[in-house]
Amino acid sequence: MNNILALLLTPAFGYAVLRVTTPILYAALGNVISSKAGVSNIAMEGTMLTSSLVGVLASAYTGSAFIGLLAALVVGILFSAFMAYLNLYLGTNVIMAGIALNLFASKFTVYILYMLTGQKGNSASLASKQIPSVDIPVIKNIPVLGEIISGHNILVYVALLSIIVIYIMLNKTKLGTHIKAVGESPHAAASVGINVKRVRFLSLCLSGLLAGFGGAYMSMGYLSMFTRDMIAGRGWIAIAAGAMGRSMVIPTTITSFLFGIFSAIGNVLQLQNIPSELVTTLPYVAVFIGIIVYSIRKTKEDK
Amino acid sequence: MSNSYILELRDIKKVYDNGVVANKGISIGFREGEIHAIVGENGAGKSTLMKIIFGLEKPTQGAIYYKGKEMNFTSPLDSIAVGIGMVHQHFMLVPSFTVLQNIVLGDEPTKFSFINSKASKKKAEELAKQYNFQLSMDEKVSDLSVGMKQKVEILKLLYKGAKVLILDEPTAVLTPQETEQLFVELKKFKENGHTIIFISHKLGEVKQISDRISVIRKGELISTHNTRDVDTETISELMIGRKVEYEYSGIKQEIKSKKVALTIDNITYTQNGIPLLKDLSLKTKTGEILGVVGVEGNGQSELVDVLFGYKRAEKGRILIQDMEISNFRIKEIRERAKVAYIPEDRMRQGIAASASIKENIIASYYDREELNHKFMMNHKAITKVSDQLVKDFNVLCQSSDTEIQSLSGGNIQKVVVAREYNANPEFLIAEQPTRGVDIGSARFIHEKLIELRNKNKSILLFSADLGEALAVSDKIIVMYSGEIVAYFDNLADLTEKELGFYMLGVKRQSPEEIRRLMDEKIN
Repeated sequence: MNNILALLLTPAFGYAVLRVTTPILYAALGNVISSKAGVSNIAMEGTMLTSSLVGVLASAYTGSAFIGLLAALVVGILFSAFMAYLNLYLGTNVIMAGIALNLFASKFTVYILYMLTGQKGNSASLASKQIPSVDIPVIKNIPVLGEIISGHNILVYVALLSIIVIYIMLNKTKLGTHIKAVGESPHAAASVGINVKRVRFLSLCLSGLLAGFGGAYMSMGYLSMFTRDMIAGRGWIAIAAGAMGRSMVIPTTITSFLFGIFSAIGNVLQLQNIPSELVTTLPYVAVFIGIIVYSIRKTKEDK
Repeated sequence: MSNSYILELRDIKKVYDNGVVANKGISIGFREGEIHAIVGENGAGKSTLMKIIFGLEKPTQGAIYYKGKEMNFTSPLDSIAVGIGMVHQHFMLVPSFTVLQNIVLGDEPTKFSFINSKASKKKAEELAKQYNFQLSMDEKVSDLSVGMKQKVEILKLLYKGAKVLILDEPTAVLTPQETEQLFVELKKFKENGHTIIFISHKLGEVKQISDRISVIRKGELISTHNTRDVDTETISELMIGRKVEYEYSGIKQEIKSKKVALTIDNITYTQNGIPLLKDLSLKTKTGEILGVVGVEGNGQSELVDVLFGYKRAEKGRILIQDMEISNFRIKEIRERAKVAYIPEDRMRQGIAASASIKENIIASYYDREELNHKFMMNHKAITKVSDQLVKDFNVLCQSSDTEIQSLSGGNIQKVVVAREYNANPEFLIAEQPTRGVDIGSARFIHEKLIELRNKNKSILLFSADLGEALAVSDKIIVMYSGEIVAYFDNLADLTEKELGFYMLGVKRQSPEEIRRLMDEKIN
């Protein structure tokens, strides 16, 4: 037991937390934007997965990690825009559209992978590029803190930066105000001339953009290739994080980190003599408990 | 003459897609700087008319002139752009936003794409000061009282430059103090040249605040008057007019052994701080139909909700015969107290629209033993019961397996009445049982109600149709702002006109007269 505790109190553990929280954070922030606009984008999982494959493919064929990232982002937006079109303009139930797109992404990515590489499991045979990691000057020399914060993939820092950007966007800009108005009272928004559908469409595209970042990070940072169903529930965990954070930026960031910490603990325990099957359930159990706590609190408040 | 009007409606007709004629050629002129009240019963066509002015509905025929120019509004944005604003009954506000955010919503001033509300705050604050609105611009709307929210709505319109303000039953949600304050403000707007269109059916208020009154009945403009030239009695007569005559005295049997059926003992119900039922007491007897009339929104729906267990009264008791049901669940009220209910909202509460007639007709007692085998439902028995009811109640349909929503309103209502009748109630709550139903079906439903009465059951009949209430009921009570203001046990000489005075708060019986309702001896 002491052994485990010692492992958790190392800077390496802090570093791991940041590393595993990043994809959850992207998806959770994307979820915050769409929920604020009053649409629940449950297609985060599928969007991220599609983006992660596209990133790998684009970087492998162009030889540029940057173009890979760009392609992943564009596809993330297109994927969400398609869902927005289905929901807002064709009247598909948003949950149905989300489920369909998630299932589609899971199978279609494997199909594309097989078509292009002959492999069904991963993209190891492709020479895809990695988005580089960077050391932060000055901070990297500070003991402990430097070891935790410095030396991450660029996209980890982009994720941290996007917390601030999204916070400002939602609270200080016209677009953010309209997003919140449309989500909270669409009739009131429409009565003053805000185009409710257009604002919702835009919000879903923004959430797709963030999912694109998350997907690119998974296959070009967290790992160096695409593997089948590699998002592994992170998109769903992010939705739980968003719900528990009540779709507010700061609380959702905190809940995302909580889930990240549990994932990291899981990873550490896997190295111990505990059955890995049990340990890998840890983040999901955390989600489960989190949702229960959240629901109890909410029921009490509603009374 | 027409030049003196700021806003003029000429021959406005509106026929909805489903064939309902809401306005039958209405022409009204609104003068600059007047408070013009529009009065009429529920369903008279006031709301449709306002929606047309405000650009929410397009008229089928007719034209709107604003400052002498013909307007063609396609959305509320067009009307607000020229200066016509509307305060809806349900506020158009974002609760989590501040007062200022709500006022500038949709047109936020920005600097380098960040919201910069310094100038707009100043402008809004000046407006608020000018009209004595005690509003803090940075307060969250969800923290405000209803009266304050209304002020935010009005301020929002003024901010956008509205010259004509349409207020749709603005006092319905206000306390008396807030109402008084609103009237002071309205007079101030008038002094500043604003035109106010005030929709209401509270005649006392209309008389107090308006300069002119237009009466609308059944989609037609009856007349427009200078307020000082007419009294509330005349107005209420014009509003109510003549109705279809029903006559049932021939089929009402003399009932000998009457008992007390329902006792309501000092019930109080408050919502959002507004008392909707105030210390209300009444008794009904078996073998009698007690009619409850009143303008909508004077506590009738709350009385039904409290009676049938949808809502809990905070004070008082309800008894069916000797059984207290104040804390019963709906199922207990139905099964133990043997109460049945014909709800007002046929399509939402009365039926399951996409289920069959058969399923709907047994819905309130589907778990009866005779309709079930041990585990499965007994379809033979269900078919037998429903076919019999369909026949008894003259429901026009292909078979009892037909989806109920394909029937006409009258036939749907017959299914609802058949179901509740067949529940063998001791006490029936009938809420607007013939609203929107053709005359033939209405007569049939009335006869069925009287049949129940003749079986020595008790019925509470809520009706907005005074002709119906007078013809079907044995006794009538009038509700006004959460209280019983009149009790008539002899309907022979009672007229709709007389009822109207009580419904609109013009007249009120003495407490002693009303108390007879509780004290009366049972023969």
